[in-house]
Amino acid sequence: MSTETAGGSSVEYIQHHLANLSVGQGFWQLNIDTLIFSFLLGALILFVAMKIGQNLRTETPGRFQNAVEGVLEFVDNQVKDSFGGKAPALIAPLALTILIWVWLMNFMDLIPIDLLPAIAHGLGISHLKIVPTTDLNTPLAMALVVFVLTIYYNIKVKGFGGYLKMFLFHPFGKFFVPINVVMTLIEELAKPISLGLRLFGNMFAGELVFMLIALLTLGATLSASLLIWFPLQVVLDLAWLIFHILVISLQAFIFMVLTIVYLGMAHIDADSH
Amino acid sequence: MNINITLLAQIIAFVILVWLVSKYLWTPLSALMEARRQKIADGLSASERGKHELKLAQERSAEILRETKEKANDIVAQANARANQVLEDARVNAKVEAERIVAQASAEIDREVNRAKEVLRTQVSAIAVTGAERILKREVTIKDHEAALADLIAHI
Repeated sequence: MSTETAGGSSVEYIQHHLANLSVGQGFWQLNIDTLIFSFLLGALILFVAMKIGQNLRTETPGRFQNAVEGVLEFVDNQVKDSFGGKAPALIAPLALTILIWVWLMNFMDLIPIDLLPAIAHGLGISHLKIVPTTDLNTPLAMALVVFVLTIYYNIKVKGFGGYLKMFLFHPFGKFFVPINVVMTLIEELAKPISLGLRLFGNMFAGELVFMLIALLTLGATLSASLLIWFPLQVVLDLAWLIFHILVISLQAFIFMVLTIVYLGMAHIDADSH
Repeated sequence: MNINITLLAQIIAFVILVWLVSKYLWTPLSALMEARRQKIADGLSASERGKHELKLAQERSAEILRETKEKANDIVAQANARANQVLEDARVNAKVEAERIVAQASAEIDREVNRAKEVLRTQVSAIAVTGAERILKREVTIKDHEAALADLIAHI
């Protein structure tokens, strides 16, 4: 009986954590927590940007300006490596935004999983999901923007005819036009979907592992004997936390690099492709 | 976990964020970094130029120093020669002067001797005439006298 209760509460716990604070139903559901946290993190980026912008110094940059310059230069090098120095002015700021914003949103995953929801619960808010990237909408939104930009630059660089030709005659030449269209269509569509799902999947899975670790002592209020797992929980949580620092940075970096690569591929002429 | 209207909201948010980051973070900071890069490049080329100029100036200064040393050596040598010249001149002058003084003195002595001889001769001839008058006890005529005198003077 008690195990059933524990199992039921585990499922409840996880389902509770996977539900967004939202308004509306069905397609018109708006995930308020996702929006609030992603806006706050975006505002943080802008606040820091303004703060640095107020006293930019060419001669003697402060430590923080130095650090931001380092990130900026890193992104710029990535873009230059992909584009060979002739990237449109939009690419590098886009990549920088993705890197910082995604990293910050991922970073929310490292905050103890029950801390903010518990505080919110105290304030009378029933659900709170603090990691915007574990909401499929966020990664997919960025991936779709990148996808639209890819199409835009494809048409801009190759012309509409050139872009169409890429669908018709790639990869098997002019005798397999129908197959080519299907193949290229899948290839192009797979880019934004994989881009968005990769980030979402990694962050979602990471958060789920944090939940499972948290579950170890969840039933402690029912039976104190569960506290025997407490040391194990601490060790596991710490290990996963440290590993996750790597994951969130890597996912942010991968999202940025793939964005640059996709946009770079759009700038390569069809003939040399 | 479902795709819903949040997607649209996040797309708009993302686009606006990219625009803002581009405007307030990327543009000023990359302009600044470019300016610094330019400044450093300028500074490096200026230092390179300065080094080159320093080298030229050093060569020039060495050249000037060498010329000056040569000139100084010339001047010292000239001065030495001039000093020797002056010394030599003085020595020669002194010698000439000394010889002149000696010659003058000896000429004076000769003249004195001659005058003394002359006086002596006149007196001796007078004494001889007187002696002869006394021996002859007669007046020697002017003519004789003169002849005897000349004879005597010639003998002395």
